[in-house]
Amino acid sequence: MDLMTPSFGLTFWMLVGFGILFFLLKKFAWPMIVGMISKREEYIQEQLSAAEMVRQDMGRLQAEHHKLLAEAKEERDAILADARKVRDKMYDDAKTKASEESRKIIEEAKKAIHFEKMKAVTEIKNEIANMSIEIAQSVLQQELSDKKKSEELVEKLMQNIDLN
Amino acid sequence: MNYINKFTRIICVFILSLLLIPSFNSIAATEEKEPFNPGTFIIDHILDSYGWHVITYKDKDISIPLPIILFDDWKPVVFMSGKFHHGHDSYKGYALGFTENTKNRIVKLNGEYAGYSGHITEDMVDHIDSEAKLIDISITKNVCALFISIFLILWMFLSVAKKYKANPCSAPKGLQSILEVLVLFVRDNIAKSAIGPKYEKYLPYLLTLFFFIFINNLLGLLPIFPGGANLTGNIAVTAVLALITFFVTNLSSNKSYWVHIFNTPGVPWWLKIPIPLMPIVELVGVFTKPLVLMIRLFANISAGHIIIMGFICLIFIFGQMAPAIGYGVSVVSVFFYLFMGILELIVAFVQAFVFTLLSALYIGMAIEEHHEEHHENTAIETTNSQH
Repeated sequence: MDLMTPSFGLTFWMLVGFGILFFLLKKFAWPMIVGMISKREEYIQEQLSAAEMVRQDMGRLQAEHHKLLAEAKEERDAILADARKVRDKMYDDAKTKASEESRKIIEEAKKAIHFEKMKAVTEIKNEIANMSIEIAQSVLQQELSDKKKSEELVEKLMQNIDLN
Repeated sequence: MNYINKFTRIICVFILSLLLIPSFNSIAATEEKEPFNPGTFIIDHILDSYGWHVITYKDKDISIPLPIILFDDWKPVVFMSGKFHHGHDSYKGYALGFTENTKNRIVKLNGEYAGYSGHITEDMVDHIDSEAKLIDISITKNVCALFISIFLILWMFLSVAKKYKANPCSAPKGLQSILEVLVLFVRDNIAKSAIGPKYEKYLPYLLTLFFFIFINNLLGLLPIFPGGANLTGNIAVTAVLALITFFVTNLSSNKSYWVHIFNTPGVPWWLKIPIPLMPIVELVGVFTKPLVLMIRLFANISAGHIIIMGFICLIFIFGQMAPAIGYGVSVVSVFFYLFMGILELIVAFVQAFVFTLLSALYIGMAIEEHHEEHHENTAIETTNSQH
């Protein structure tokens, strides 16, 4: 067992041991490990390219989506603008109509008020006339009951009457 | 990690620690306190041994006895290394080499000591049977470490393979995720880049090679059983690995590889005829490539172990002068040990990487259909061999 001379025993066992190790690993370990690693590499590559494709698809879809969104937005804006216009118009129309209406109502009311006023005035006039007639009646009845006083009154009336 | 795994681990540790029990029988009391010899201490660690020395506690060596398997003239002889009592005894006529040129080898005794079990005495020197046909395939420390690492690697990768099978396309978890990084590293940075499109055929070998070297390098850095054996720093191990690479390279080589060796294009004709200088250089290169692989791994890992052991030994060298100096030096030593330990972690990976990469490059050169890029490859190869 010198440093530089290989001993027979160890050489023998090394050949046997390494041989067994090699054949066992070659049969049971390396094909699994290397095969599975390359299989997985392929799988990962596939997955990556699939992911890349999906990513591109996603990009396209997103662009489409963006376009659609932009179009939708535009349309919405247009619709909103239209709606606003319609609303404004409706509002204005309603406003003018309402003011006209109110003006009409006010006019009618004014007319009615005037009419009522006139009616009231006429009624009051009539009332006053009636009352004055009644008063006059009662006064006359009183006056005429007294002979002297009625003569005085007739005289007074006679004086007042301008015969011209 | 779940509880079952933890439980298995505790059981394993328990069973392994049971191995220690018989070793208490083999504890040899040291007769006298020898002065600490860092040289032998380090070399004993670097080299293989018949028992696995775990710890020396109160001057008693505690080691795990390992089986000794001998073929003595094709008759198998099996016994535990504890019978040698650390080289103090012989057993049934076999003993650990006690002379200078039989050191660390098992010798057979003859004459009156044939079959003798007992204390080794001086006069046994004359009775060493130098003619004996001993074939020694003992389970030494390194063989034991080899088996442990093989079981570890098998357990790691078979369990990981099972995980891959169970859920093929899910993200890796735990052990799987760290091994996957390394597997991918070997596949993409070593096999694919060095061999080219035909790499798949050689990938199992390169993966086994890489993980075997890497895990054994790491196990060698553990300070205590079951690590600490200098397996990848043993020349027999690196020789076998280099030999396999050599055979794989040359058995899969094609015609143009040999054409390039014997009739190198782009070289002036007078380098080939009449003296075949280039063919000789190239042919020698065929053998030096694996040789260099063998030496590089062996030298790097052994050197790392020697340096780390050296730093540890410093503590005891100084501690022998005065305990206080020993404590003082220990601070520095531990610091250097940490530094070297981290460096060795890198070396463990780099050496596994270099060995595998160069193997892959050699295989790639052998199977390549040579065109213009051949000269580039030679350039890469020469720069790498200088590592």
